[in-house]
Amino acid sequence: MSPRTLYEKIIDQHKVLSLDDKSGPGSTVLLYIDRTVLNEYTSPQAFAGLREAERKVWRPAAALGVVDHVNSTAPNRGGPVEDVSAQKQIEFFAQNGRDFGIEMFDILDPRQGIEHVVLPELGWVLPGSVIAAGDSHTTTYGAFGAVGFGIGTSDIEHLLATQTLPYARLRTMHVRVEGRLPVGVTAKDLVMALIRKVGADGAVGHALEYSGEAIGQLDVEGRMTICNMSVECGARVALMAPDEKVFDYVAGRPRGPSPEMLERARPVWQALATDPGAIFDREVFLGATQISPMVTWGTSPDQADTIDGTVPEPATLPVHAQRDAARALEYMGLTPGRRLRDITIDRAFIGSCTNARLGDLRDAARVLKGRRVAHGVRAMVSPGSSTVRREAEAEGLDRVFIDAGFEWRQSGCSMCLAMNDDVLAPGERCASSTNRNFEGRQGSGGRTHLMSPAMVAAAAVAGHLTDVRDLAEVEA
Amino acid sequence: MERFVKVAGAAAPFPAANVDTDVIMPKAFLKGIDRSGLARGLFHDLRFDADGQERPDFILNRAAMRSARFLLTGPNFGCGSSREHAVWGMQQFGIRGLIGTTFAGIFSDNAANNGLLLVSLPEEDLERLFSAVGPDGAEIDVDLEKLKIRTADLSLPFTIEETRRRALMEGLDRIGTTLEKSREIRAFEATYFAETPWLDRGRAA
Repeated sequence: MSPRTLYEKIIDQHKVLSLDDKSGPGSTVLLYIDRTVLNEYTSPQAFAGLREAERKVWRPAAALGVVDHVNSTAPNRGGPVEDVSAQKQIEFFAQNGRDFGIEMFDILDPRQGIEHVVLPELGWVLPGSVIAAGDSHTTTYGAFGAVGFGIGTSDIEHLLATQTLPYARLRTMHVRVEGRLPVGVTAKDLVMALIRKVGADGAVGHALEYSGEAIGQLDVEGRMTICNMSVECGARVALMAPDEKVFDYVAGRPRGPSPEMLERARPVWQALATDPGAIFDREVFLGATQISPMVTWGTSPDQADTIDGTVPEPATLPVHAQRDAARALEYMGLTPGRRLRDITIDRAFIGSCTNARLGDLRDAARVLKGRRVAHGVRAMVSPGSSTVRREAEAEGLDRVFIDAGFEWRQSGCSMCLAMNDDVLAPGERCASSTNRNFEGRQGSGGRTHLMSPAMVAAAAVAGHLTDVRDLAEVEA
Repeated sequence: MERFVKVAGAAAPFPAANVDTDVIMPKAFLKGIDRSGLARGLFHDLRFDADGQERPDFILNRAAMRSARFLLTGPNFGCGSSREHAVWGMQQFGIRGLIGTTFAGIFSDNAANNGLLLVSLPEEDLERLFSAVGPDGAEIDVDLEKLKIRTADLSLPFTIEETRRRALMEGLDRIGTTLEKSREIRAFEATYFAETPWLDRGRAA
């Protein structure tokens, strides 16, 4: 067999049958899906469809449900949410779990949290598996050497009914990251630098595979941040060959493999890598040593620059980007030439499936220790899961956030997409550790600047965007 | 699923790049447990101001474009969130097809699964089509059998993946079709879980 990429190997292994007589990118197969995670807002119509057609769920134990998008993150949450429609979604979700035999974590479950934080911490995401789920950030699981991809509601229904999906093979793109990240520069900055480089559509139709020293150097959480946000340059799948850090991460997790299974799996997992000589459809190079802390200035994740930059003059941008940039600046209320570090903020938010794991909270707390949020800034932190919240509290991180003037919230998607009551008011400007700066994403008329959790903490303290490296004693 | 063979109607130009599904269907319209009521949500914040009044300059608010059947779009249309509500809202508004260069992956699958036609044209062809319909939009017809887009004075060929074309024209029951392969899926599972027992999640229902 000719040399194959990691993506091709995993897809080949999950092929039930071919759906056409082609091969390579664009050819379609019936793909076996190992596992899925469900949420309350993209799944209801899938269950309604199953009921209508009187179909069962193929393998209920291969699905897990978590309430995360519409729930409150209030510290004392417990009762029904005020929004009647949201409450109805939560109740319907629980009903679907009961009727179809799928385990569901409700709001008060100690394991509740954002789906892409919960699954890995349970030990449910294993190397070489395929996970499709009704959320675009399912790419997160690539950090484990798993093919994860987002699907819509019709495909959720198809997956639940058949444990498979008709699937068109993607083209492959290799992102080679050379060198190490400088001190004070994070996984978030790396992926934001990539998105700026290739554009918001730079990887459309592709499965990315990352490799290089900087990737190996990152812990599994940092790798999740990169794979998670890869969807913002259009990648449908993002992969990293699993290593010992990954095997150690899954070992001993509540739903992870038993020690005996782990020993059986290990040699199989160690072989999960792109063969020497395998050819990618595209190659992209990223120099890690050149990356600085990044922030966005526009309404698309590729409208970004290093914190030393200025708001661009649209006329100086490539022709095709000018009109969208001008529109973005109008929405963002920014004028060309303004230094990014002079942009003042009203809100600071640390949360989301991109950046609310324990390491992210530690990064931010390191900046906040002994400091106070600037006057007039409202700052919130919503841990990625209830488990992360407890772990952070055990380390005393909650005290650091609270003493600095942050609200210490419960877990959920929260103000990343503002489907619950954590919302920006029109015109409010937010430094945010999330993944999308789209118009209205955090609230109609709200203005989002994406950055790493440490950069959000620094902005909260300064009252304006700033370089975290000027503020913090960063540990070498 | 409504079948698409040949559809004629108004085509509205909407050339922005990277139009995301948050803009296509804002969060306020995602709280249902069925698919209804999404026509109002389509491009809501672009169509309506903060008081709920129509913005007269938005393309779909112009008299001739209120019944638009097609949108001409910029690159990477439908990026961002997986919400299928974006596609449902388009269809409830009356949109039958989008013509652009590239579409985001999940959006593209959602469109195919609901019978919303997506046509990817080479950039030059799309430019010609934008010029032909002008800034105010115009009538076009799209023939999926002959693979042709026609305006008053332009006829453009296009290509589309054959499986998707067939599904659009015939309106297939995808799940039913896959379930005809149940035996193959079970046989696959038996071999697969013997090789990777750590992924076995218990018996199929």
